[in-house]
Formats: sequence, C-alpha cells, structure tokens
Amino acid sequence: MRDKILETIDKNSKISAADLAVMLGTTEEEVTTAIKEMEDEAIICGYPTLINWDKVRCERVTALIEVKVTPQRGLGFDKIAERIYKFDEVQSVYLMSGGFDLTVIITGRTMREVATFVSEKLAPMDAVLSTATHFVLKKYKEHGLPLVQKSQDERMLISP
Amino acid sequence: MRNPLSKTIVEIPPSGIRKFFDIVSEMKDAVSLGVGEPDFDTPWHIREEGIYSLEKGRTFYTSNAGLKELKIEICNYLKRRFLLDYHYESETMVTVGGSEAIDIALRAMLEPGDEVLIPQPCYVSYHPCTILAGGVPVVIELKEENEFKLTKEQLLSAITEKTKILILPFPNNPTGAIMTYEDLKEIAEVVVEKDLFVISDEIYSELTYGQKHVSIASFPGLKERTIVINGFSKSYAMTGWRLGYAVGPAAIIKQMLKIHQFAIMCAPTTSQYAGVEALKHGDQDVERMRDAYDKRRRYLVEALRSMGLECFEPYGAFYVFPSIKSLGMTSDEFATKLLMEEKVAVVPGTAFGECGEGFLRISYAYSIDNLKIALERIQNFVEKHRSR
Repeated sequence: MRDKILETIDKNSKISAADLAVMLGTTEEEVTTAIKEMEDEAIICGYPTLINWDKVRCERVTALIEVKVTPQRGLGFDKIAERIYKFDEVQSVYLMSGGFDLTVIITGRTMREVATFVSEKLAPMDAVLSTATHFVLKKYKEHGLPLVQKSQDERMLISP
Repeated sequence: MRNPLSKTIVEIPPSGIRKFFDIVSEMKDAVSLGVGEPDFDTPWHIREEGIYSLEKGRTFYTSNAGLKELKIEICNYLKRRFLLDYHYESETMVTVGGSEAIDIALRAMLEPGDEVLIPQPCYVSYHPCTILAGGVPVVIELKEENEFKLTKEQLLSAITEKTKILILPFPNNPTGAIMTYEDLKEIAEVVVEKDLFVISDEIYSELTYGQKHVSIASFPGLKERTIVINGFSKSYAMTGWRLGYAVGPAAIIKQMLKIHQFAIMCAPTTSQYAGVEALKHGDQDVERMRDAYDKRRRYLVEALRSMGLECFEPYGAFYVFPSIKSLGMTSDEFATKLLMEEKVAVVPGTAFGECGEGFLRISYAYSIDNLKIALERIQNFVEKHRSR
C-alpha cells in the first residue's frame, strides 16, 4: 500500500486522500494513516511545488558546485555535508562517486549572491579542498516532468 | 449511367459511432469520454526506434508476412505472456492493425452462407466484415446479469448447421467484460464438439485488472481451430502506427497471407521496427499504463455508482458500461442530451449493437483531471433529469 501511495503522489502531491483511496481500492482512513506514518518516519519529507521560475518575472540563478572535501575520521562525509546543507540557499547536496565528493546545488537571486556564497562560505571551510561552480543556463525537465506547457489532446473526440 | 455501386456495400449501414462522431465534432469545447484509444503517447524508446529506422533509410517493403525479427519477438511474447506456442515462420503474420487481421481472417475462412456468431455489444467491424466476406452474421446478445460474458447456453442455442466461426472479443470493447479460465473452458468444449473455428480478438489482452488474460487458444484442441488476433495499439499506445498481428494454424495463415499480399503488401516498415523494440523492452511501459488505467477505472466506477448509475465491475480494456435505464431515456437520447446540455461526449451503447440499448460506453483513457471535470458535469445532468 505504501509503495502504491508513494508512486501516485510522487508526480501529483495535490491528490486528496479520498481520491487516492478510491483509485487504490482501499479506505480513506487507511490512506490517511499510511501517509501520516510515512511523514513521521520522514519517508515523505515535504510537498514542494515544481515551478518554472523562468516564466515569472523573478531573477533566480541556480548553480551546481562540484566540491572536493577531506572526510573526517569516524564521521566520513556526513558532518561536512551537514555543515553545507544547513545553509538556506543550498537546495541539494549529494555524495558522489568519481572525480569529486559532493554535488551542491544552490540558488540565489543573482550571480553575485552565488559567488559570494562560494567564496565566503563554502570554499573557506577547513574540510573543503576545492570547488568548481557551474551555472545553470536553462532547465528543461525536473522531477521527471518537462517544464513546458501541456500539449493538447489531439485525439478525435469519438472513436470506436 | 449505370449504378456504379455495389449493392452489398450500399446495404451495410454506416457505423453507429460515426453518426455520433459527426454531431460531436460540431461541438466546440466539449469534454470527451468517447475515445477508444490510449491517452498516453507511445513510449519514447519505441518512437525513437522508429525514428532511427527512418534515419537508417529502412524505407522499403518488408516481406509480406512481416520482418522475421518481429515475428520471432511476437512468438516469444505470446509464449511468455499467455503460454501460446506458435512458429514464427508458418503460423505468424504481421498486419495493419488488428482490424485488418479480422477482415482477412473472415475472408480466408468463409464460404457464402456460412454463419458467424458475433457476441454483442462488441467492436463495430465484425458484423460488416462478415457480410463483406459473404458470411451471415448471427448476433448473440450478451446480458448484464452474466456480466456480459458469453455463456455455454447462449452459444449452444445460437449454433446451427451453418455455423462456422465464433468471434470471441474479450477483453471486450465496449463493456470491459473479460472471460476467465473457467468461462472459456465451457466455450472451448462446445467449439470442439460442434466443430467450429474461433477468431479471438485479444487486442486488449494486456489491459486486465486483478486477473491475467487467458487465451482460448491455450486450451487443448483449440490451437488448431483458433486465429488469435492481437496488436500494439492498446497495450503500447500505438494506435496511429497501425500494427497488429495474427497467429493460427499454418493452413489458414497461408490463405490470409495471400489476401494480405494482394491488398496490402506489408505493414508499415517503420512501425515494424518500432514494434520489435516494444516487444523487447516495453514490458515496463505496459505495466505502468495498466496501473494508471486501473486507478482511473476504480475512480470512474465509484463515481458513477455514487450518482446512482448501475455499473457492473469491468475487469478489462479501458471502458465502463453503466446502465442508464433508471433515467427513462434511450442511450441515444441520453448521449445527445448530455452533449447538448453539459458538453460531455460519451458513446451510446447502441453503437455496439442493439442490445447496448440502455447503456453508455465511457472511456477512461483520460487523465484523472479530465475525468473529474466530465464526471461533475455528468452528475449535474443525472441529478437534473432524475428529479423530473
């Protein structure tokens, strides 16, 4: 049941518990309880909205930063990752395999804001060895959803 | 001038669905629940394979029966999914959609005057194709109290000395009915006993909910008597590609191939390459779409029932077939008024045979948001007309 709920709300978190119950063939109560439990267990961590900011008159800059760090004895990368993700401007932090250690995705209002964060907050940290900042030019698809207008239904209205 | 027309053709009534389509296409901003095709786009990896085949310049005819690679994949698939064992070389052919296969199977098997049993309500082409092939259509009216399944008794009472073919259209368009193993077993026995042949239209075989599709060809003694028709349109959302296939006894396939060869040449080459990709790597897509349909199915059935429309549980295809008898209108009246007053298009049950009177076909090949809007309007309509 949990898997089915998660699969369904992964792409549409607005769907109501009553509708979910009908679609999955169960009761509203069971759905509500399962969702509550998953919220408590931090399986469901939030319900953000996927916004194409390019379409509103709102300057936002997103950058992906490759970070090399020194892991700490006994704590590995977790402690340094936490120090980084606690900054409000940081959207995502991933531990990577390959040529560098952490991917940090940050958004700021201007390029200067991002640059300031990197040069004054991120790079000077003791554990950080190096950073490489890449600015995002355009977003095409996020969270499995293309950031475009939905296409019209082109089927004929009636067909056998 | 002489009459240029064939009497046989002129006397065939146009499809009932066509008549309704003409009314609907006049309407602007109507919400439709009337289509018989998936709302999903063909999965990208399948489309991409089609594009690739064009880029490679594969723009020539294939052999009449279809690409060898595709026929092999079809046989693998039928074995893997439905335990059917066919040889790709002699018992398999690729057609232009399932509808071509229906036509040529009938033409290859019928002598003038042979009777064809057609369980209705059903897809619109069996009846006219039978007439075009010189056969005589004999309608078996399926009943709601039997969940629109074909029963042994109904079959037996329709058989005459002239009966040659039984058409088995399950999972069914428009009712959503399916035939289980037990249901088919009884039918299979009668078919063997009465020496009939079966054209089993299994185009919706991947769209069953809660139970797996069973093919009548998997029963002992039935493989020799059955043409199984299937295709890519419904399971892989590939309606516009026009790609289907037929498998059956070599002797029948050989004659079907003859008609196909002269009338069609071969199924579209691009589609055939895309079809190979679909069968090889499309299982997950089928599952994903089936899951989505199932959610909408529950949603729709529940909503219709809560409006007080009787609605038997459909376990297949993507249609529900609610009864509107409680409103005291004919199917045609209901569908026309619903369109005029609330701008929702559904198909009257009578488009699929006279015994569809009192029912509507509502398709759930639509997003939940679309269904929601349409259902609200249907509810308004039902409430308004019930209180009168």
